[in-house]
Amino acid sequence: MAEKSYGLIATFESVPAIYHAAEKVRDAGYTSWDCITPLPVHGLDVAMGVKRSRVPRFSLAGGITGFCTGMLMIFYMNGFDYRLTVGGKPFFSPLFAFPISYELTILFTAFATIGGMFILNRLPMHYHPVLKYDNIHRAGNDLFYIVIESRDSNFEPSATRALLEQAGATEISELED
Amino acid sequence: MSLATDHSLETRPAILDEVKPAVLPRAHLIENDRSFAWITEKICGIVEGPTPAWWWVCFAVACCIASFTVCGIVYLVATGVGVWGHRSPVNWGWPIVNFVFWIGIGHAGTLISAILCLLRQKWRTSINRAAEAMTIFAVVCAGIFPVFHVGRVWFAWYLFPIPNSNYIWQNFRSPLEWDVFAVSTYGTVSVLFWYVGMIPDLAVLRDRFLLGGKKVRSFLYGFFAMGWRGSNRHWSNYEMAYLILAGVATPLVLSVHTIVSFDFAVSLIPGWHTTIFPPYFVAGAIFSGFGMVLTLMLPLRALFRLEDLITQYHIDCMCKITLATGTMVGYAYGMEFFIAWYGGNPNEGFTFINRAFGPYAWAYWIMISCNVITPQFFWFKWIRENTTFVWVLSLFVNVGMWFERFVIICTSLTRDFLPSSWGNLSPTVVDIFTFFGTFGVFSVLFLLFIRFLPIMPMAELKAVSPHADAHAGHQDFTGHGDPVVEEGHA
Repeated sequence: MAEKSYGLIATFESVPAIYHAAEKVRDAGYTSWDCITPLPVHGLDVAMGVKRSRVPRFSLAGGITGFCTGMLMIFYMNGFDYRLTVGGKPFFSPLFAFPISYELTILFTAFATIGGMFILNRLPMHYHPVLKYDNIHRAGNDLFYIVIESRDSNFEPSATRALLEQAGATEISELED
Repeated sequence: MSLATDHSLETRPAILDEVKPAVLPRAHLIENDRSFAWITEKICGIVEGPTPAWWWVCFAVACCIASFTVCGIVYLVATGVGVWGHRSPVNWGWPIVNFVFWIGIGHAGTLISAILCLLRQKWRTSINRAAEAMTIFAVVCAGIFPVFHVGRVWFAWYLFPIPNSNYIWQNFRSPLEWDVFAVSTYGTVSVLFWYVGMIPDLAVLRDRFLLGGKKVRSFLYGFFAMGWRGSNRHWSNYEMAYLILAGVATPLVLSVHTIVSFDFAVSLIPGWHTTIFPPYFVAGAIFSGFGMVLTLMLPLRALFRLEDLITQYHIDCMCKITLATGTMVGYAYGMEFFIAWYGGNPNEGFTFINRAFGPYAWAYWIMISCNVITPQFFWFKWIRENTTFVWVLSLFVNVGMWFERFVIICTSLTRDFLPSSWGNLSPTVVDIFTFFGTFGVFSVLFLLFIRFLPIMPMAELKAVSPHADAHAGHQDFTGHGDPVVEEGHA
């Protein structure tokens, strides 16, 4: 049935087990692999060798855009397009434009952060080989998985399986693509 | 003490090798050493199980109460804004009291989800989802009043900078316009924060419904779960995004009630024109919000048997924050009087004497009793341990904070500079029932939330459970992120 294998999925039963297994897989030089966990495990990024997230770049860009949008919008509307005389006050001042620019900074940062998170995670992706695994519902519950993809240059079915077994996997299956 | 394994060296602060810090005993955030599977079953069981009878009863009652708001608004739109008791000198009395009351309640939700996240107060995990839901529903209730008070509600879009046939733009010098942006940003960011926090839990429900053969529900939860699969590469970005959202929601929550207070403080009315308003309003908002969180969470804890997740430690924390913010509010009340005397302005002085001893003195003393005296009970441990008593006290907090806004608005507007323009606030039946109905609107939304969505963040709860300790020496792991006991985890 499985003409093409996506990779191997190995089951681990506890946080320490997956933590130490992840270190072994990282040290074996794999790059196209992942841990599937029901909770964000502290320190697993280091154990996996995952670099610091790039989400903040999106946030910074969003925040700057938001602040400039606020200032420019208020300058254009009250100070340029329709000069509104209220109480002899200046048509534009960054001081009275600040509260709204501040709110828009936050609004745009929030959207950019969430958008950035989705982009970096390549979500929404409702189809994924991992989600076809029979026991995947346990990944949201109490089990931990390591998936090593067959496209990884170090991937070699028997050797990879041996590595996972040696790392303490309780069950190892093949994933269909 | 914990084991200094080679794995922990990467995260262990170096200073710990030089000093011997005392390990203070701390309460476990999840009691009875519950497993991951137990947490999943408990939270998902609420969504998956049959609808309890009490839920239907509460829902029916809440719908009836909500219908007051619906009828009141239909009548208002059909007749005109005159059906509310708006007349000189109190031109926007009752609705702005209600608006500030509801928006203030929302603030505790954001405080719990954002500020406590940044402060690494891990006990927030048990209550943050429900508190954020409370925020959103409170903002919905708050929004009703400014939108409908404009009278011709079909022109409410004039509040936003949208090109219109008059070619005129909004006056951005006005705090009321700042409020439009503050409240709409607040509502939007609260929804985003709530939703992002829920994605992993929706994925859990998706998988469980698929396993149980309920394809429609699996599809619906799965649609919003965005294909989440618990990948650690995803968690890494997700946690960073969550942290940044907490980082931006913190200045947001402080700014929203600051700007709400500017609606008053920027005017020249005695009793309003004070610089203490922003911090005083923010403290009051958090105080009222924690009152509402206690009002909601204590019954939930009892009904769903959540004692292992919302422990006595959590209740203690909530009571103490209520005590702290209530005392800050009390300080602000005192300081207002001091400044009214010290400032030497006769109008300001009169306003405050009038507040405490004038025609609305009854409201003032209700406010003082509920907001300053009630929280002082939380000094006592035996009171914090009596959930019934805590719940009753939280109701007084809610009442008191409504009266605070009533006092601020009524006493200042009914007795301003010109004695010839003095008057009284006379809310109509429509006013009163529209406000009363918003409690129904809020309850309907909250009941739907606890029926259909996971009421606690399962992934975050698992992360504070002893089983989440990667170094296997988890007998000391309490979930607080203690750098000594938990080897730098946080």
